[in-house]
Amino acid sequence: MSDSAPTGMSISCATCHECGFLSRVPARGAHGIVCARCGSAVHLRKPNSLQRTWALVLSAALCYLPANVFPVMVVTSLGQTQADTIFSGVVYFLTHGMWPLAVIVFIASVCVPVLKIVALVSLLVSVQRGSSWRPADRTRIYRMTEAIGRWSMTDIYVVTILVALVRLGNLATIEAGMGAVFFSLVVVLTMLAAESFDPRLIWDRSGA
Amino acid sequence: MKPPRARVDRIAGRMRGVTPPKLLACPDCDLLQQVGEVPIGTSARCPRCRSLLRKRAPRALERTLAYTLTAAVLFVVANSFPFLSFEMRGEETQTALMTGIIDLWNQGKEELATVVAFTIVIAPLAQISLLLYLLVPLQMNRLPWYLPHAFRLLRRAQPWSMMEVFMIGILVAIPKLMGMASIIPGLALWAFVGLMLVLSAANATFDPESVWERHARR
Repeated sequence: MSDSAPTGMSISCATCHECGFLSRVPARGAHGIVCARCGSAVHLRKPNSLQRTWALVLSAALCYLPANVFPVMVVTSLGQTQADTIFSGVVYFLTHGMWPLAVIVFIASVCVPVLKIVALVSLLVSVQRGSSWRPADRTRIYRMTEAIGRWSMTDIYVVTILVALVRLGNLATIEAGMGAVFFSLVVVLTMLAAESFDPRLIWDRSGA
Repeated sequence: MKPPRARVDRIAGRMRGVTPPKLLACPDCDLLQQVGEVPIGTSARCPRCRSLLRKRAPRALERTLAYTLTAAVLFVVANSFPFLSFEMRGEETQTALMTGIIDLWNQGKEELATVVAFTIVIAPLAQISLLLYLLVPLQMNRLPWYLPHAFRLLRRAQPWSMMEVFMIGILVAIPKLMGMASIIPGLALWAFVGLMLVLSAANATFDPESVWERHARR
């Protein structure tokens, strides 16, 4: 692609985030413009995209540590108490020979959040440095980041189901731990971070 | 490919009036492009970044409506019957979806209960009811009131509706308990499986552009 590939911005037109309609935006003071078709606010680029994405990604990274250190659930069975972290959940499945489940939990709870944070930080850094490295592939990375985020909720749902099922008074109870709270924060924050990142910034500064 | 300046100017000139319906900028890379009629059964992608611009399934609105009606019935079943029973030393506990959320709340994990309630009850419910609100009148050749608002809410709810992830959660939770006690699947569990499938199908066939086309015809 050449330098002059026409973009919406180059003719002062903005795509509506909600319905995809193209609206004319005055060159300066592009605030308070609404989509002619659906009435949503229209921006040439998502407002303060980089700052908001950085803030959300860094908060997610901060929550990731307690999410893995604190137990996601505490099992009390016949007076014995056992705390499970995300990682010990994976190990449990491995030692019990249920390796397909170990793989699912490992991917959903360990790989996906880490990859998401790493991907978003690399995208942010590449945009801020004005990188022109493979914009199409970086856009694909962004789309994957957006699509896989929800799958990390798996462990949260497992805890919910176990808490609801195992309520046998003195025999056995399961309580959700602080790790689960932080982990759900990681998932929500990374989802919000992916939503606030504007992939068009990849193309703006790449000179493509 | 270096489009001549004149072409950009011509497009810009045309933009001064009403936006021609087929001129689009890619939502992912902002490349300006003329999108012609997308034949039914095909999809249009951005030539530069491969982002999906529009997908048209045959009879998209009717099929989305059919899937959504099914989802509405299954949603009621999934939320009113126990989905798993757990038996240990003669004691049996039954679990419906809401009891898990209420237990989390009572254990002082209000944030967690909120996230779970939002992603597996509120967001799917919003998704189903908004789709019905939009599609039932359109099917009868009417326009729903506040169509743009309903549409915007639907778009906001969609990413947070996580039925399919919840299914994986069930699949992982069951073997964890198998060693401890016997697990009996309930009626709601099958409703969940169906709900996950029809909701994904409704999402895949829904074609927002055809809603807007009908909106514009009025």
